[in-house]
Amino acid sequence: MDHILELRGISKYFGDFVASKDVNMLVEEGEFISVLGPSGCGKTTLLRMIAGFMEESEGDILIKGKSMKGVSPEKRPVNIVFQSLALFPMMNVYENVVFGLKRKKIGKEEARELALDMLHRVGLDGFEKKKISELSGGQKQRVAIARSLVMKPSILLLDEPLSALDRKLREHMKVELKELQKEIGTTFIYITHDQSEALVMSDRVAVMNKGLIEQLDTPHNLYNHPKTAFVAGFVGDNNRFEVASREGEKVVTKRGWKVTKPDLDFDPTVMYIRPEAFIVNPEGEVADSEIFEAEINTVLFDGANTKILVKPEGRDEILIALPQNARFQALKEGDTVRVAVAYDNIKCYKE
Amino acid sequence: MDGNKKAFYFLFIPVALWLFILIILPHIDLFLSSFKPNSGEDVYTLENYSAFFADPIYWRTFINTASYAIGVTLLAFVVSFPIAFYLVKVISPKVSGFLMLLLLIPLWIGELVTIYGWVILLGEQGVINESLKFLGLIDHSLPLIYNNLSMTIGLLYMSMLFMIIPIMTTMESLDDAMIEAASDLGASKWTVFRRIVIPHAMPGIINGSIIVFMLVIGDYVAPNILGGKSSLWFTEQIYNQFLSTFNWNQGAAFGFLLLIISSATIWMALRLSGQKLDKVGD
Ligand SMILES: Nc1ncnc2c1ncn2[C@@H]1O[C@H](COP(=O)(O)OP(=O)(O)OP(=O)(O)O)[C@@H](O)[C@H]1O
Ligand SMILES: [Mg+2]
Repeated sequence: MDHILELRGISKYFGDFVASKDVNMLVEEGEFISVLGPSGCGKTTLLRMIAGFMEESEGDILIKGKSMKGVSPEKRPVNIVFQSLALFPMMNVYENVVFGLKRKKIGKEEARELALDMLHRVGLDGFEKKKISELSGGQKQRVAIARSLVMKPSILLLDEPLSALDRKLREHMKVELKELQKEIGTTFIYITHDQSEALVMSDRVAVMNKGLIEQLDTPHNLYNHPKTAFVAGFVGDNNRFEVASREGEKVVTKRGWKVTKPDLDFDPTVMYIRPEAFIVNPEGEVADSEIFEAEINTVLFDGANTKILVKPEGRDEILIALPQNARFQALKEGDTVRVAVAYDNIKCYKE
Repeated sequence: MDGNKKAFYFLFIPVALWLFILIILPHIDLFLSSFKPNSGEDVYTLENYSAFFADPIYWRTFINTASYAIGVTLLAFVVSFPIAFYLVKVISPKVSGFLMLLLLIPLWIGELVTIYGWVILLGEQGVINESLKFLGLIDHSLPLIYNNLSMTIGLLYMSMLFMIIPIMTTMESLDDAMIEAASDLGASKWTVFRRIVIPHAMPGIINGSIIVFMLVIGDYVAPNILGGKSSLWFTEQIYNQFLSTFNWNQGAAFGFLLLIISSATIWMALRLSGQKLDKVGD
């Protein structure tokens, strides 16, 4: 069985500038894949190559096993939801959605039914006659998605479609989009620089940095087993420590913190520990863990996300997440806490 | 009265005077005289206007001129639209700025000179004919000038820019992603133009068409210099009334008829195409 999408060693150069570098990807039918990376890392470029608006300098793109070399955008079985949405303001909602269907050789009645059904699915019943300028941000969003989905593409490409929305609406659309994708079953390639969007919605996430895919994995693995320092730093909150040297089983940070990390077979340059990997005032014995005492510098109250900052004397500052537990409510600045972190949760990399 | 208001009147009064003395007053005078008989009697009559409809030479010339102007306007659109698209969407802004400058040159030189330029190019002993003869392609000069073709070239040349610029202005606000979205949805290049680019540029097209139509129908230089014996332009009729027949009252009436009928034509064209005048200014 062919994969719905296969990227084989895609590279793209703009003069000397490398926008994509040897990108490889295998996508299963019906998957929700996110491409996550900071601004300017080449996400849009990759998407435009898949859609056919830009030609790759090297490599090959295969959709359902067929090479897309020389196939123009209107002939590819993919559709794209643009960063700017690019709705047609000279047409009403219905005309926007039916635009693509009219280009296909299908009957007028059938096209009408398909378009109305799609508008119904995205919750825009009764909006057919509205002008684009009369819609809210979220409604425009839905029209753009309906306009592409109605074409029944093999793959739907979405370029940061939620970035123009305010926070509240974005949270809402995130859930809605995921449910829509599950219901319709179309393969989604979703571009974003918002890691929470990527983690919440996707089956797998490709983390991109400077044109390179650093890790393509499930959200769970990305978060818990980042393969590179970039992924560790980019996905989720993390404590970063610059490493100066290794002394046997111990890693020494530049600030002089000695942390036990057994079984290292290389000399790391950075170390990452997640805020929630620390256990505050552990009860009883904790095995295979680094344990230290520190005074609380600051309590950062944020409801369920309350954190504390500790700064063991002369050493790196550490951000620690507090579990929602009555036991920790009373902690305040100046208290001394005992902190444990399992060796497994200490991630070391060579940059 | 505060300073702001004083400054306003200080600037406004000269403008108002200018408008009134140099534009409105002469028009009122012309308008009044268009109702006076040529005999010089101090009465008001419609005979100057009825003369237009009574003598076929007048209204035929007018219809001829108006249809020609419509044709030139359409032609100007067909030629200008790809140029405007090319300048805005295809090449880099730096190059298009330079090309714009080149397009503006004929405007700086003035219509009379550029039209004579075409005489030099197209004339019997003009550049084109002489070159072709030199190359041995022809023995006798081709009749390139003093016909409807040369007149059309001249009219097109002097009015085209006024079509290109408004179209460029509206085209600039067209999001490139919109064009890509359309082709992503399976639209051919032709469909993209017909359904996306042209509707988007419509206000500019209407704007440009009105200007070009008015410029062409009211032009005197190109038809007079480049046109042939048969291509009689209505402005030439007006000119004749003023300077050959010395019937100023008749000339004034023709002038106002030109203004009224061409305005009516534009109004009708807007109504027929479903456009609203207030949208044209966008
Ligand atoms: N046509 C082009 N010519 C030259 N350089 C380009 C071109 N298109 C993109 N680039 C460069 O390639 C890099 C990646 O651009 P791209 O638009 O893919 O970034 P992105 O990851 O989508 O960023 P954002 O999140 O800001 O949208 C950028 O540094 C950009 O300047
Ligand atoms: Mg982008």
